[in-house]
Amino acid sequence: MTIGIVGYGAFIPRRRIKLEEIAKVWGADAPAYKRGLQLYEKSVPGADEDTVTMSVEATRNALARSGGVDPADIGALYIGSESHPYAVKPSGTIVAEAIGAVPALHVADLEFACKAGTESLFIAQSLVKAGEVRYAVGIGADTSQGAPGDALEYSAAAGASAFIFGGDEDLIVAEIVDSFSWTTDTPDFWRREYMHYPRHGSRFTGEPAYFRHSMSSARGMMAKAGMEPRDFAYAIFHQPNGKFPMRVGKKLGFTHEQLETGWLSPWLGNTYSGASPIGLTAVLDIASPGDLILLTSFGSGAGSDSFVIRVTGRISEVQDLAPKTRAQLDENKIYLEYGAYAKLRGKIRMAE
Amino acid sequence: MFSPARAWREFPQRYRLEAAKCSGCSKILYPPRLVCPECGGRKFTQEALPRDGKVVTYTVIRVPPAGFTEQTPLPLALVELTNGVRLMVQIGDVEDPESLEIGMPVRLEFRRISWDGEAGVIFYGHKAVRAGS
Repeated sequence: MTIGIVGYGAFIPRRRIKLEEIAKVWGADAPAYKRGLQLYEKSVPGADEDTVTMSVEATRNALARSGGVDPADIGALYIGSESHPYAVKPSGTIVAEAIGAVPALHVADLEFACKAGTESLFIAQSLVKAGEVRYAVGIGADTSQGAPGDALEYSAAAGASAFIFGGDEDLIVAEIVDSFSWTTDTPDFWRREYMHYPRHGSRFTGEPAYFRHSMSSARGMMAKAGMEPRDFAYAIFHQPNGKFPMRVGKKLGFTHEQLETGWLSPWLGNTYSGASPIGLTAVLDIASPGDLILLTSFGSGAGSDSFVIRVTGRISEVQDLAPKTRAQLDENKIYLEYGAYAKLRGKIRMAE
Repeated sequence: MFSPARAWREFPQRYRLEAAKCSGCSKILYPPRLVCPECGGRKFTQEALPRDGKVVTYTVIRVPPAGFTEQTPLPLALVELTNGVRLMVQIGDVEDPESLEIGMPVRLEFRRISWDGEAGVIFYGHKAVRAGS
């Protein structure tokens, strides 16, 4: 049975902070950070934006591109995030209620550092493939936090993407050809219960974590599908900063041209669970029928999900039906100073 | 501040912008009512509101009540949607309240409306944001 994405959408908050504005506060060397991390600015959620609000808007954009999927026919909805607004109480129920998919559906919130978004995609597409549900929604969204002054503060950003999976061949805009996951226990990044900010293993997050898992997953995926880098029009990797996704892509044999469309982190930051899936929405916004796409996520802890995706002839009919990802990233931005940013991110200690 | 139970009763209108259309005179009521003020009708069909409209008038609250203080200044607008229905909503993503203007095209986006401190319930609904932004 052919299954695939029948609708996709992204949501990126309008607020931004430039790397220099953060570096200035902590006395850091902004040009060195820019060179080292290849980050220029990042998105910041407003006081009224969170994983739930961004997920609702991304899913509405996906519905707008879905060719009229009735939300009542959605049988499952999953949100991957490490910044669910409640520690106990699902985000997914709010999103399902807002899009009108309740009550006959299965909902779960997922967590796996930056990989939770592709986990939701993996499970959603699997349920459709198994014939358990007609349509399933997979969402990756985060309003991630970095400790003040930590390297993560320059990258931790906010954004969401949503994908509706289905098996109606006339509705599919991108077929899921195959998938593969590669997982080990690798403690490179974590946040304990009740802690506000995560901690990480600095350079240990690089070679043994990000690069080993991303490369093993992408190579395993290509071997399973009998493909090689030159078969793909686009490849998207997890984007913890600007440097890593380009480097991992080139180490695997992809070219700058194959990587640059889905490479948003220099201007978006790291949207954690949203990162590689938002990159996929930027690729689908401009992809042509027949294009093959490799999507490889990475989540600390650690694991990496890969998908081979083939774009269908319906893509050109839906690209303009909702706001495009690159336009959301590049237009109508509100720049913040560090003080306003610190307030919005809850970094200021208030009176009890 | 609402109770969670009151907020829950209003989810259809707050989350999905569900209005009541009078079966007698076709007037669209938002929020929904039990009796139509136009014709006295008591039968309604459910209709979701469009999400695009324009600002009819607005005000900027500089000293908001409890539950909204983190959103100071708090712009509120009377918005007329494309089907003629008017509703009172907060305006979101306002960089400078001086930039607000009557007639401004807006789109309703799903946002946090208020929250009961760090430990209480979060109330979601729609805010108007400048359209095309």
